[in-house]
Amino acid sequence: MRDVAILGIGMTKFGELWDRSFREIGIEAGFQALVDGKLSSHDLGGLYLGNMASGAFLEQEHIAPLILDYAGLAGHHLPAIRVEAGGASGAMALHEGYLAVASGAYDFVVVGGAEKMTDVSDTEASRIVDATADTEWELVFGATLPSLWAMVARKHMHEYGTRREDLAALPVHDHLMASKNPLAHFRNKVSLDQVIHSGLVADPLGVLDCAPLSDGAAAVLLGPLESARKYTDTPVKIAASQVACDTMALHHRRDLTTLDSTVFAGKRAFSQARHKPSDIQVAEIDDAYSIAGLVALEDLGFVAKGEGGVAMRDGRFFGKGPTHINTSGGLKAQGRPFGAVGVAQVVELVRQLRGEAKERQVSGAQVGLAHNVGGTGATSVVTVVERVN
Amino acid sequence: MTIARFWRETPRRYNLSGSRCSVCATVYFPPRPVCPTCTTHRQSLGKMEPFQLSGEGEVVTYSVVHEPALGFEMQVPYALAIVRAVEGPLLTGQIVNVVPEDVKIGLKVHATFRKLREEGAAGVIHYGYKFAPKEEAGTGPRAGQAAEPAPTPPLSSDPSRARA
Repeated sequence: MRDVAILGIGMTKFGELWDRSFREIGIEAGFQALVDGKLSSHDLGGLYLGNMASGAFLEQEHIAPLILDYAGLAGHHLPAIRVEAGGASGAMALHEGYLAVASGAYDFVVVGGAEKMTDVSDTEASRIVDATADTEWELVFGATLPSLWAMVARKHMHEYGTRREDLAALPVHDHLMASKNPLAHFRNKVSLDQVIHSGLVADPLGVLDCAPLSDGAAAVLLGPLESARKYTDTPVKIAASQVACDTMALHHRRDLTTLDSTVFAGKRAFSQARHKPSDIQVAEIDDAYSIAGLVALEDLGFVAKGEGGVAMRDGRFFGKGPTHINTSGGLKAQGRPFGAVGVAQVVELVRQLRGEAKERQVSGAQVGLAHNVGGTGATSVVTVVERVN
Repeated sequence: MTIARFWRETPRRYNLSGSRCSVCATVYFPPRPVCPTCTTHRQSLGKMEPFQLSGEGEVVTYSVVHEPALGFEMQVPYALAIVRAVEGPLLTGQIVNVVPEDVKIGLKVHATFRKLREEGAAGVIHYGYKFAPKEEAGTGPRAGQAAEPAPTPPLSSDPSRARA
């Protein structure tokens, strides 16, 4: 396996993009990545596209060749491959693209992630994303994705004394960071009080604990590290890309407050990258729900099990400690176009490692980590990226 | 959801019919074709036997749902819980016969046969298990039954008389 580098990045605005179609946003992000990486499309080996539910959202399947076609590349007859892993579809597409380049099968691939969620009603969109949990044994009995995560939160509060305000701290931080991110879905700041008293979705989670339904696309251009300097002055190495899975239903997990998929993907990624949590300066954590971000810090080993609440209360990861999380605004405030999320996280890490994150820049960022979850944790993907000096 | 898709799960949803690995004796719900606990999974192939849950259990965690799942709009706010059955498996289901605010971790419950949801005014009506506090016995067809696993799955309930 050879080393793989990120040569270019691209991303559209995230949000309710009423005037833009799925193919428009998909192509925009992809072309940005190609142009940023200064690669001729003649040298492209293929396209990997992370997308969760285009069939349900748009009545359009088979979207990988569709994007390739409208990018003007149908005549090149490249392979175009769609990847689905619920909310982790983007990171999973990146994993597949990484393996393809690392193995030598392809030299250069674009990995895109795209989702168009606002062409259906909010109710319909919620039904579609709920299906990343177990339809037959959870949803049929009245469960929803937020209510399943709410049960993780309730259990965590019961076991470890985690407080309501500990959950609310992350959305406050995310909105603050997103206020400095022009591509974010939400640019407004929110207070702890606003989050705590936001309308209940599933007790104890309010609407401000939950990431929105967004439209958006993101893309990266991957190539072999050995020739990366021909395409960019600031190549970023993929130091690790690891996937782990677990039971489909939350109620079948070993422990209801631990995502073993994250534990295992994290351990494998730190081992592959030869890093430990304190080596990470910037981390994009999957905080689709505030509690999800809190347990992720524990499961990735940034804090001990049960200490996530205290860490949030103290703001340990909001600029005070060695690791700064969700500089993009996270899923909560940058937005959550499902299949695009995992790719967008890595786009933010690359900006940080290149020193191009402007107001959000974490000084001296060398190593970054992205964590992306499908459903309630049946899939987790952890990616570690590193600046090449 | 088509009728067949719901109907084929009737033994599980109406009667809590699970399975037990005859190699390691672990009980599963819903039934599984292969045992995840046995160290070499293949040794359990063909050795999973039917096992009837008693319906007795306790609340492990819960939430009061305000933004409902599809078909549950008329029931908000409703209590949803993960229940640990006395035989071991964990299940997700609603808690009824109680004010949602009174649901607590550790609450002893028993399964009760209820209407889950209707697919619109003229659509299919789905039935299945919910859970009720144990002291509220006498509301479901299996209420008050001993916690011992019953050897045969009785289908004693009349769906037309069940209520949500």
